[in-house]
Amino acid sequence: MTFTAMVLKMSEGLGRTCAIFFLTLLFSLPLGMVIALLRMSKNRVIAGITRFIISVLRGTPLMLQLLAVTYGPYYLFGFNVPRNKLIPVVIAFAINYAAYFAEIYRGGIESISKGQYEAAEVLGYTKLQTFMRIILPQVMKRIMPSVTNEVVTLVKDTSMAFTVSYQEMFTIGKQIANSQTSFLPFVVAGIFYFVFNALVDYVMGLIEKRLDYYD
Amino acid sequence: MNGNKNAPIFAVNNIQKSFADVPVLEDISLSVEQGNVVSIIGPSGSGKSTLLRCGTFLETADGGDILYNGEYAMKDGVYVDKAALRKFRSRFGLVFQNFNLFPHYSVLKNIAEPPMLQGVSREEAEDRAMGLLRKMGLEGRERAYPSQLSGGQQQRVAIARALAMNPEILFFDEPTSALDPELTGEVLKVIRQLAEEHMTMVVVTHEMPFAKAVSNRVIFMAGGVIVEQGDPLQVFDDPQEERTRQFLRVFEK
Ligand SMILES: Nc1ncnc2c1ncn2[C@@H]1O[C@H](COP(=O)(O)OP(=O)(O)OP(=O)(O)O)[C@@H](O)[C@H]1O
Ligand SMILES: [Mg+2]
Repeated sequence: MTFTAMVLKMSEGLGRTCAIFFLTLLFSLPLGMVIALLRMSKNRVIAGITRFIISVLRGTPLMLQLLAVTYGPYYLFGFNVPRNKLIPVVIAFAINYAAYFAEIYRGGIESISKGQYEAAEVLGYTKLQTFMRIILPQVMKRIMPSVTNEVVTLVKDTSMAFTVSYQEMFTIGKQIANSQTSFLPFVVAGIFYFVFNALVDYVMGLIEKRLDYYD
Repeated sequence: MNGNKNAPIFAVNNIQKSFADVPVLEDISLSVEQGNVVSIIGPSGSGKSTLLRCGTFLETADGGDILYNGEYAMKDGVYVDKAALRKFRSRFGLVFQNFNLFPHYSVLKNIAEPPMLQGVSREEAEDRAMGLLRKMGLEGRERAYPSQLSGGQQQRVAIARALAMNPEILFFDEPTSALDPELTGEVLKVIRQLAEEHMTMVVVTHEMPFAKAVSNRVIFMAGGVIVEQGDPLQVFDDPQEERTRQFLRVFEK
């Protein structure tokens, strides 16, 4: 196999890599907020259960979670393993990343001073108006660096999909490496991730700049 | 305006508040008449902030009455429902020790948004905001963000923000305590100007000369009770209680 053929073959998987990446963000960013709010619930049972779930999601390998979501239903209930593995892959990724985002959101929300809530309350803001207008915009700005970290990690983590043989870029590269007994596909994969993350850094930088209109 | 015309703008009767079974307010009663300025002085921990916070519903009192214009917001320790409480909120403004401006909003938006959320048009809210900024000596700063202003300027923005809601009474909790000494004057000047315009105000302060000059009545609190109250000249120059004398001695010279 020529070098060009190899790069082309791996590029075909890049679309799937991007699908994992964007779909995971699409679902995990909002889901993380829901989990964060449940985690901060005044109801101790809800807060406790959510806390436990977060600690399981953060305390076990993503690889294991991928296997559990993809093959768990087969072993437990005899369901067929879905033909399109994108669905279980994205579910596993979205839930896992939502747990991380939830903790970032919670940290951000808890860092806003009580005085902001009190000022808003006295000025007649409803709870929802306070959250959406006063708290959330400040939280977004504060958590951007941590979110960027997670997004960069996500780019690299998409390679984990090889554990369930989802044909994304890294999985294809690994197969080529095995059949050709060559290390080259891994170098190519490394370059792909590096370029991908350079783009991510650029975009996140733009967003951070946009949020930088106040100190 | 609702309520009884002759009733005080704000009153509390026998208000009580404990934190974890430690009483912080014990049977405090006070009323503030239209156009009056009442100063509250007293040592740290005496319950001054807690009193203001109960009056502005930031803290839930355990017992007693809270009235605005003779209407009960709380009666015998029972609050009116949430919707009614919301209406009461529009009658007062509160200025905090550390301003609590919204850092992600421009000065103009800090002042104009709260009235807009109550249904005032943008044009009117912004006009009102600009007028208040002029009055606070801050014309030209409407596009600035709070972090670009000095503490004294931020506190004046906070006062403008409270005034923009057209409150019937303004509460101040140590409005100059977070400021460098050279900046307290500009804030006190603004409050004094409001007093001259007969704005009804309750001011918790450690600025004794200011309290003496501006107030119609001074209340000295200690240990969760009102120890002494009266005309400022009397309380400051001829206090009746030993506890008051002791406290004021610290501020002499
Ligand atoms: N949220 C709270 N939880 C527990 N205790 C509290 C709380 N808020 C106030 N206290 C206690 O209540 C007492 C009165 O506090 P408060 O803040 O009203 O005093 P203050 O007169 O305003 O004092 P300062 O001059 O220092 O501002 C203090 O002993 C304080 O520790
Ligand atoms: Mg206080």
